[in-house]
Amino acid sequence: MDPFQIQKPPTQFDVAIVGSGAGGGMAAYTLAKAGAKVVLLEAGGYYDPADPKYITQLKWPWESPRRGAGTTRAFGDFDAAWGGWDIEGEPYTTAKGTEFHWFRSRMLGGRTNHWGRISLRFGPDDFRRRSMTGVGQDWPIGYDDLKPFYDRVDRLIGVFGSVENFPNEPDGIFLPAPKPRLHELMIRKGARSIGIPVIPSRLSMLTKPINDERGSCFYCAQCGRGCQAYADFSSSSVLVKPAMKTGNVTLINGAMVREVITDPATGLCTGVSYVDTQTLQEVTIKAKSVVLAASAGETARLLLNSKSSRFPTGLANSSGVVGKYINDSTGASRSAFVPALMDRKRYNEDGVGGMHVFTPWWLDNKKLDFPRGYHIEYWGGMGMPAYGFGWGVEALNGMIAARDGSKKPGGGYGAGLKDDYRRFYGAYVGMAGRGEPVPLESNYCEIDPNVVDKYGIPVLRFNYKWSDYEVKQAKHMQDTFEEIIHSMGGIALGEKPGAENSYGLEAPGKIIHEVGTSRMGNDPKTSALNKFQQAHDVKNLFVVDAAAFPSQGDKNVTWTILASSMRTSEYLIDQVKKKNI
Amino acid sequence: MKRRDSLKALSLTGFGLAVGPTEAAVPAPPDVKPLKIPGGRQKFEAERDAKLMAEKFFTPHELQTVTVLSDIIIPADERSGSASQAGVPAFIEFMMKDQPRNQTPMRGGIRWLDNTCTKRYGKPFVQCTKAQQIDMVEQIAYPALAKPDMTQGASFFTLMRNLTASGFFTSQIGIKDLGYVGNTPNQWNGVPDDVLKQYGLAYEERELNPGK
Repeated sequence: MDPFQIQKPPTQFDVAIVGSGAGGGMAAYTLAKAGAKVVLLEAGGYYDPADPKYITQLKWPWESPRRGAGTTRAFGDFDAAWGGWDIEGEPYTTAKGTEFHWFRSRMLGGRTNHWGRISLRFGPDDFRRRSMTGVGQDWPIGYDDLKPFYDRVDRLIGVFGSVENFPNEPDGIFLPAPKPRLHELMIRKGARSIGIPVIPSRLSMLTKPINDERGSCFYCAQCGRGCQAYADFSSSSVLVKPAMKTGNVTLINGAMVREVITDPATGLCTGVSYVDTQTLQEVTIKAKSVVLAASAGETARLLLNSKSSRFPTGLANSSGVVGKYINDSTGASRSAFVPALMDRKRYNEDGVGGMHVFTPWWLDNKKLDFPRGYHIEYWGGMGMPAYGFGWGVEALNGMIAARDGSKKPGGGYGAGLKDDYRRFYGAYVGMAGRGEPVPLESNYCEIDPNVVDKYGIPVLRFNYKWSDYEVKQAKHMQDTFEEIIHSMGGIALGEKPGAENSYGLEAPGKIIHEVGTSRMGNDPKTSALNKFQQAHDVKNLFVVDAAAFPSQGDKNVTWTILASSMRTSEYLIDQVKKKNI
Repeated sequence: MKRRDSLKALSLTGFGLAVGPTEAAVPAPPDVKPLKIPGGRQKFEAERDAKLMAEKFFTPHELQTVTVLSDIIIPADERSGSASQAGVPAFIEFMMKDQPRNQTPMRGGIRWLDNTCTKRYGKPFVQCTKAQQIDMVEQIAYPALAKPDMTQGASFFTLMRNLTASGFFTSQIGIKDLGYVGNTPNQWNGVPDDVLKQYGLAYEERELNPGK
């Protein structure tokens, strides 16, 4: 058998979906439930967090020879994500003088397997930032268009939180929020004393059961490892599996999609071709419609690689906008030691897999020197020790008096040092800002003319630089972090990041929230997709990941991916019923 | 999905069929026993772990030095055992192979230590008396106070201290010592009352009576 023979299965599917993360999972679920015959293509392997083959939840650090260090997995040995910023045989490049780090998950459910489950709705203002500030881009839809879908996503998937009536932070249909832990009560008290709000977080974890297929949270703090009870949201457990139960979904793992195929006569999609990552065979799938959900980066790559004489600049790209306006969340952080938390009473405070409280954006950008906001995430407490425990004690223990009141220089050894580790355990907190950048045309990804991956598929080259807007926002974050730390009697650790290192602003891509590479809009000259995330140029092509988003708000985008994927999938069904597609 | 899979897959497709000239040019993969992949690991990770486990980094002398130093850093006391009792030297050995960037600072640091001890006491570190060893450690255990001729030693000792602490407190002995009681299914009902009282904190009414 020639491995490069093109295989053509006889079936024609109603819809081919590329990618099984939040967007692809929701599309598969919505379409399959409506009776469509769906083929779901996932470049990575099968994954089920309840199958012992894959379970890392409830393992102890000593079960890893590296004690959970992140040598082969960016977030540690027990993290659920397969893939990372570097995948062997799947390179990407960056243009000189620019920086971008591209995190890819290669597994069923994609990047929904390891994320923080922070499930925030965009607020009304997040859809019209250009109108409000003169920079960036408005969305072609508003909050009212998505609200019914947010509501349905809340009910279908489950999210805890609290009704706050907070400006531009719409409340959802919430499960009960877990009570704050001790350090979170201290953060809340301190921050509120200086006018910074701290409210219960909104995470997609089941503090109460919502159906018979999923259990409820048992408070091990390990959602990032994948939950055997399916009590957290991952696309694989919560959307793909139920979708498959309809009998309408053909899941193909190890399917690295090479291009979207179009009919030169009609200009419509006829399917996709992919490389089987195990056998390296080239396979063609026929489908009446194609839905892309491969992630902002991969979706742009796929469109740009799907060139033909009819679409010489790539598919859905007559505007030339595909790849442009890529934008990741900003990120900056600081940690602190809280002397009042030394010598703590021990008890199990694992809680849910993430923060129990957070700070939504609370200020008015009109009064600030940067045009977009950020939210603050918090960590701390008596977590399970892992690789890195105790690291850097020499910078701290010289500042803290021993039990007998004596002070010794930083570092040391022996019984006194051993006691320091015990006393300091659970007395650290940290905070991280996650902010909205201004999407810029000058930040883009394109096809590298010289480089292919191991499948022979041309790779992306990124051109990305933060602007002054983001640097100023990071400076504001750092000032705020110190104020919060001092308000709770903490000692800020390390040097305060300054202008010389852009105030600790993380490199683009490090926050793994990139969006915007085939944005939607009303004008086909400046957008790739219409307001239903349907390609302006190709009516049976849709994008349901965050590539479609003109901006990303000061919120994590997953809940908006889910809501908009549901909306687009229903629009597709409606168009098919009306025989428009 | 990873590494040599493309090569393997290429040759697998040829099994049982006429071998074409292109395939014949690809050497057959070496005949290795199938590896049992532990739960939660990807194949390439299991292979990598097995390969690292089979390698040795430390010489017996180096391993002895690491063992003595780790027990000076975390000795046994009334609450728990020492670093070496918790398996710290084996952990450090593994980390040297797992993250090779630490190899030179570690190996070179041990050489620095032996060289300095030979100058000061006429013997490498492990052959010095306990008093001499402590005298030496005092010179390098406090980075901010280290004399100019001791700063490289202080850097090495900091690396040893960090690795020792990480290894000890992620062991069964260390986690028991620390009093971490999580990593088990349970219910979270908030901070215990006596702890709230100790810190002068309280929950809000709506947290105590959710849904009201």
